[in-house]
Amino acid sequence: MSLHRRDVVRKLLDKRGGLLVVAGLGSTAWDITAAGDHDLSFPTWGAMGQAAMMGLGLALAQPKRRVLVITGDGEMLMGLGALATIGVQKPKNLTIVVIDNERYGETGMQTTHTASGVNLAAVAKACGFKNSRVVTKNVPLRDVVHRTAGPNFLQIKVIAEKLPLVLPPQDGVLLKDRFRRALLGKADRT
Amino acid sequence: MQAWAEAVHQEFARAGVRLVGYVPDAGHKRLIELCRADKSMRSVVLTTEEEGIGLAAGAWLGGARSVLLMQSSGVGNIVNVLGILKTCRFPLVTVVTMRGEAGEFNSWQVPMGEGTQASFETMGVAVKRASAAGEVASLVAAALRGEQSVAVLISQKVIGIKSFQDQTNQ
Repeated sequence: MSLHRRDVVRKLLDKRGGLLVVAGLGSTAWDITAAGDHDLSFPTWGAMGQAAMMGLGLALAQPKRRVLVITGDGEMLMGLGALATIGVQKPKNLTIVVIDNERYGETGMQTTHTASGVNLAAVAKACGFKNSRVVTKNVPLRDVVHRTAGPNFLQIKVIAEKLPLVLPPQDGVLLKDRFRRALLGKADRT
Repeated sequence: MQAWAEAVHQEFARAGVRLVGYVPDAGHKRLIELCRADKSMRSVVLTTEEEGIGLAAGAWLGGARSVLLMQSSGVGNIVNVLGILKTCRFPLVTVVTMRGEAGEFNSWQVPMGEGTQASFETMGVAVKRASAAGEVASLVAAALRGEQSVAVLISQKVIGIKSFQDQTNQ
C-alpha cells in the first residue's frame, strides 16, 4: 500500500464542477474538508452506516447530476445492506468510494474486517454494481466519478496514518441548508 | 381490505412524493403495490429500516419529497440514525403499521410494539396515531404539509391481521 488518503481525496475532488458529495463520518469528512470545504459537500458527523444511502437518495432525486460518496471502510461495513439496495436501484450517476485504511481511525485505529480480507468491492460487484474494483495504485479515477455509467464502487487501499484534523462545520442545519441553497437555488423548495 | 391505502397513496401523489422507501410488510401490502405501480414515484425496497432514514435525508438534500413505510418492529432499527433529523432538521414522514397491540398473535412482536411511540418521541419525532381506517389519510396529509418529522402509526385493529393465516392471505 502506497497511497495517502488526503492525496487520493484531493484528486477525486479536483475540478469537481457540479459534483454532489456526501462524506461518511470521521476521517473521510476531514479528508474532503482538507481538499477544500464546499457548499455542495455534505460531510456527516453521525448516522454511521448511512453515507451510501444518502448518496442513493441524492442520486435518485438528482438524476442529471453526478453524485460521489466518500466514506471509510468501517462506515461502509456498518451499512453493507445499502450495497444490495443500491445494486437493485442501479443509479447511473452514483459512485461510492471507500477510503480503506483497514482501521477504525476515530476510536484508536483498531482493525476493521477489511484487514482480515473482507473484499468490499467484491460485495458491491455481487450486489449488482456496474463497475467495482479495488484500487491500490495511483491511477486516473476522474472518468469513473464524472462519466462512467454506474453505479460505480471503488475500494481504495490507503496507508493507515494519523493526520491533522481538518474539521468541516458541525452545524447540521447549516450543512443541509447551504447544500440545498447551492443546488436548488434560493426558492429552496421541492 | 386496506381501503385506507388508496387514500394515503392519493395524498402522497398530491404532495408530490417522488421517493418511497419501504421494508416489505403485510399491513402495507396494498399501499406498496399502489406506490410501485405509480410512475411518478420511485419505490426503493430496503434491507433494513435504517436505510430509509439515509435515503430520506439524501432525497431532501436533492430537493425530493420522500416517505418511509415500515412496521413497528423496524422502529428499533432506526433509533440512532433518527438523530440526523434533529441535528440537521431534515423532515421525515413515516407511516408505520403497528404490531404488538390488541389482537397480536406473535408475542415476540410485543416488546417493540409497546416501545414504538416512546422510541420515536425520545428522538424528537412527533407521533400521530390512527385508530380508525378513516383517520389515516388525513394524518398523512397533515404530516406531508409540514416540514417536520412525523410518524403516523396505524393501529393493529385497522390493519386487521389476527393470525399467521391472515398475514399469509394478505
